[in-house]
Amino acid sequence: MIAAKFHVLGLAAALGCGSVNIAAAADLRGAILANPCAGCHGMDGVSTGSIPSINLLSADAIVAALKAFKSGERPGTVMDRIAKGYTDEEIQRIADYFQPLKNKIKP
Amino acid sequence: MNTLTRRDFLKYAGALSVLGSAGCASLSSGSTPRIVVAGGGFGGATCAKYLRKLAGPAIGITLIEKNRRYVTCPFSNTVIGGLRTLDALTYTYDTLARKYNIDVVYDTVTSVDAAAKSVSLLGGKKLNYERLVISPGIDFIWGAIEGYDEAASETMPHAWKAGAQTALLRKQLVDMPDGGVVIIAAPADPFRCPPGPYERASLIAHYLQQSKPKSKIVILDAKDKFSKQPLFQDAWDELYKDMIEWVPGSQGGQVTRVDVKTHAIYAGNSEHKAAVINVIPAQKAGALAHSAGLANETGWCPVDPRTFESKLHPNIHVIGDACLGGKMPKSGYSAHSQAKVCAAQITALLLGQPPVDPSWINTCYSLIAPDYGITVAAVYRATPEGIVDVQGAGGVSPREAPRSVRAAEAIYADGWYKSVTSDAFS
Repeated sequence: MIAAKFHVLGLAAALGCGSVNIAAAADLRGAILANPCAGCHGMDGVSTGSIPSINLLSADAIVAALKAFKSGERPGTVMDRIAKGYTDEEIQRIADYFQPLKNKIKP
Repeated sequence: MNTLTRRDFLKYAGALSVLGSAGCASLSSGSTPRIVVAGGGFGGATCAKYLRKLAGPAIGITLIEKNRRYVTCPFSNTVIGGLRTLDALTYTYDTLARKYNIDVVYDTVTSVDAAAKSVSLLGGKKLNYERLVISPGIDFIWGAIEGYDEAASETMPHAWKAGAQTALLRKQLVDMPDGGVVIIAAPADPFRCPPGPYERASLIAHYLQQSKPKSKIVILDAKDKFSKQPLFQDAWDELYKDMIEWVPGSQGGQVTRVDVKTHAIYAGNSEHKAAVINVIPAQKAGALAHSAGLANETGWCPVDPRTFESKLHPNIHVIGDACLGGKMPKSGYSAHSQAKVCAAQITALLLGQPPVDPSWINTCYSLIAPDYGITVAAVYRATPEGIVDVQGAGGVSPREAPRSVRAAEAIYADGWYKSVTSDAFS
C-alpha cells in the first residue's frame, strides 16, 4: 500500500476504531528522494500549475529524462542543474517511486 | 512492505503516556503515538501533512498555530510591486484538518517540558507528544539597528513577515510622490530569503517605472555581496537603468541607526532621507526556539543533519528558518524540503528503524519583472559536518541567456508557487 492513497479514503474508518494496522510508506528511501520533486511538480507528481506533471510518466521515461538533463543532452531551465545532483541508482529509485502514483486523479 | 502497526508503536513508545485518540472508545488511551507540530508555515504545515502521508492513520498529529490564516512570504514581493493581492497569497489549515485528519489547534506554545515530553499552550491545554517538531520561523533582533524596534516598524516597515506589514509597505509606495526615494536596508547573513531584498528592489522598480518614473531605489546593504548578484545587476542595467543603486557595506551601506521622528536612516557616516524606508532587520530563530532552550549562541538551533532532531533536547525536531541547516538557505522551499525529510525520519524512528539517508532540494525563483525570472537551485546531502550541496550540481540561471529563458523562468515561478503552496497547504 502506498502513502498516496491515504488522503483519499478511509481516514475516518482507519483513525477511528478497529483499523490501526495501516501501512506506512513502503519505500521511505524512495520517498525521501522523490518527495522534493513535488515542491515544483506537485504533490505525488500532479502539478497544479505551469510546471509539468510527472506522475503519468513511465519509469523508463523518467529515467531517460533525468539522465538526459544530467548529461546536458536535454536543455532545461533548472532540471539540468538539479539532475546532476543524483546518481543513476537514485534516479531509478525516484522513477520507481512515482509508478504507483499513476492512478492518481488529476486535481 | 513496512507496516506501522499498533504493536510497533507500543513496542517503541513503551509505557509512555500519550494522548488517546480523540473520540475512539475501542482504542485504549495511551495506544496512539502523537506527533505535535508547532508552527504552521511551510515547515510545520508540510511536516504535519507528510507525516500523515508517510506514517498513515495510525498516529495522532496535532498542528499548533496561532493564526487561522497564513500569508506566504514567497511571492509577497509581488504584492509590494502591485502584481498580486494579499488574498492571493493567503491559505487556511482547513484542508489539512479535513483531508489529512490533522488536529489543528489555534493556540501558542508557552512552554515545552522536554523531560516529560509535553507542551503547554496559552489557552491552558497541555499536550503530550511522542515527538515534537517545531518550525517557528524567525524573529527580529529589535534594537540591532539603533532606534529600530517594533513600534518603528509601523513607520518604516520591514515587510519580512507577510501580512499587514506587506500591505503597509505597498500603501507607502502607492502614496509616495513621483521623484521620491525608496530605501531598502538589507541585513547581513544569515537571514530569511537571501535573494528577497533584491527581488523586492526589482519589483518596486517595475512599479515605479510604470507609475512614478522619476523615483529612485537605494539598497543600503550590510553585505558586500548577495545572492544571484550578477544576474540581478545585469537585469537592473537592462530593465531599470539607473533606477536602482546598491550600496555595499564596505562603501557606506551598513545601517546603524534610524530616527522615526525625522524619518531618517543612518549608514556609514551619512544621513539618508527617503519617502519610503524599508528596514529588514537582523534575525534569529523564532521565540519558541529560545524559550524551549533549543537555540545556541548563534541565535539558531543546532540539529542532527539527517533527522533535524535538536542537539540540545532529545525527541524535539527543529526545521525551517530556525534551524542551522548547513548550506541550505533559509527559504520557504528549504523548510518545505526539510519538513518532508523530517516526516520520513520520524516515521522510520516510530517503526524502530534507523534514519534513512536523506536528500533535499532547494529551488528559489526570483522575479525581476513579471516576465523576467531567475533561479538558484541545489541538491543537498547530509554529512557528518552538516548538510552540504552536491558538488557539480545546482547553481544559478546562466548569466548569458536570451529573454525567452527569463520569460520561461517567470512562467515557472508562477507554477512553482502554485505547486509548493498546494503541496504544503492542500
